[in-house]
Amino acid sequence: MSGIALSPIGTMVAVTAAILIAATLLVILLRRLRPAKDFSELSARIQSWWMMAGVFFAAILVDSRVSLVFFAFLSFWALKEFVTLLETRAADHRALFWAFLAVPVQYVLVGMGWYGMFVLFIPVYMFLFLPLRLVIAGEAAGFVRSASQIQWGLMAFVFGLSHLGYLLRFDEPLPGRGVDGRTLVLFLVFVTEMSDVLQYAWGKLLGRHKILPTISPNKTWEGFVGGILSASALSLLVRFLTPFSVWETLIVSLLICVVGFFGGAVMSAVKRDLGTKDFGSLIPGHGGVLDRVDSLCYSAPIFFHYVRYFH
Amino acid sequence: MSATSTNRLRDLAQILFFALFVRPFMALFIGLRVRGREHLSVPDPFVLVANHSSHLDTLSLLSLFPLGRLRHLRPCAAADYFGRNRAVLWLSRTLFNILPIARENILPEDHPIQRMRRTLESGESLLLFPEGTRGKGSEIGELKAGVAYLAEQIPGLTIVPAYLENMARALPKGEYLPVPFFCEVRFAPPRRLSGTREQMLGQIRDDMETLRHG
Repeated sequence: MSGIALSPIGTMVAVTAAILIAATLLVILLRRLRPAKDFSELSARIQSWWMMAGVFFAAILVDSRVSLVFFAFLSFWALKEFVTLLETRAADHRALFWAFLAVPVQYVLVGMGWYGMFVLFIPVYMFLFLPLRLVIAGEAAGFVRSASQIQWGLMAFVFGLSHLGYLLRFDEPLPGRGVDGRTLVLFLVFVTEMSDVLQYAWGKLLGRHKILPTISPNKTWEGFVGGILSASALSLLVRFLTPFSVWETLIVSLLICVVGFFGGAVMSAVKRDLGTKDFGSLIPGHGGVLDRVDSLCYSAPIFFHYVRYFH
Repeated sequence: MSATSTNRLRDLAQILFFALFVRPFMALFIGLRVRGREHLSVPDPFVLVANHSSHLDTLSLLSLFPLGRLRHLRPCAAADYFGRNRAVLWLSRTLFNILPIARENILPEDHPIQRMRRTLESGESLLLFPEGTRGKGSEIGELKAGVAYLAEQIPGLTIVPAYLENMARALPKGEYLPVPFFCEVRFAPPRRLSGTREQMLGQIRDDMETLRHG
């Protein structure tokens, strides 16, 4: 590897491409071996992964402003999917308008690097303002539910995801190795998404004992343990993206995988309550944007604060 | 300036408005979804009928047509509402190519049905909201008989039924700030109407209700 002077990001592109090529070949092999079985869903998922990886790397590589616009758009789309599923009242209209306006504001705060306001804006100021706007609308019936659900959506999909953006600003550790905010984002997203995929795969292969039968019948102990262990092991492969030692990489990855699992479980409960299997249909085989970022809503703030306090 | 070059300017303004503003707005802000889009490939003239709950209805339906077909599609619009001042009238004529329909002080020589019939006979298509006004969006209101009169007067008239979902959530009556709820447009196969006027209206309502629940 020392002869080919690849930057960490360049190496990451190669690693991702290698994994996707392997997955694509695996599907071709499976089709040959078992022609009777239908692999079209798996095939659609892998095609979507190619597309998502391409868009994601483009957004990360081009420019940090492009990355922020991309993350802002993810938050916006996730909030759209969530709000469309809610039972909203006519009196919520203006409060919802301001909630959506909070998306660009939050990412402008990220772009300005105004940390104090970035952590306060949604949890404090939007939290105080939105109920006031609902009060002005003058409809008491259903007030508590409206105020709660709108704030929850903002916290999960705007505040939570925007930590991906603020992570980009992290540029101190280990000069010379090419580790910066971008490589940390790549590490976080890689481990979170691999954990999702591997939990699903282990669950399909070995899943017996349901972990949350009333919330998400597809999640099993076998999938949980297998996915988390194998994703943490894989994270060692991309340790060059981080300033961590081997042991720290393992511990941080376990943390990412476990909180990512919590994020997925919470979003399963949301789906179950609001009555839909997939949040949307933007990404073939993957449902909506919400289905893809659910784990990140949890792992991004946790990983962000880990790095902020310990490095 | 001659009449034809003024018309060309108007067509160009409408095409630019839809290509640069309405379509990006529908794709990136509303996230408009479409089902049964192939039913729009029906040749002119036809009558597109849809439920009505928002100003977004006309915008989203027109945004689905190829830009070159826009000038052949006339949204029927209440003359009193869209003619309430000169700016609104000019904008709705220029950017939407509306066919103003009188709801009050109707003159026999300029009866709305005759106006619509002449427009269809000249080869242009109509966009018609048979409820006559914007509802709350929760259900389809009572349908006015205008479309049935048209179908009686023009044998074999093609009707394309459509159902619009969530538009009233995104931009309800009386609001001017939109909220980006996902919206959907569903089209039914083009059809003809038959029987009495009540039966014709029943056929349209049945199609819309099927789209609404499907």
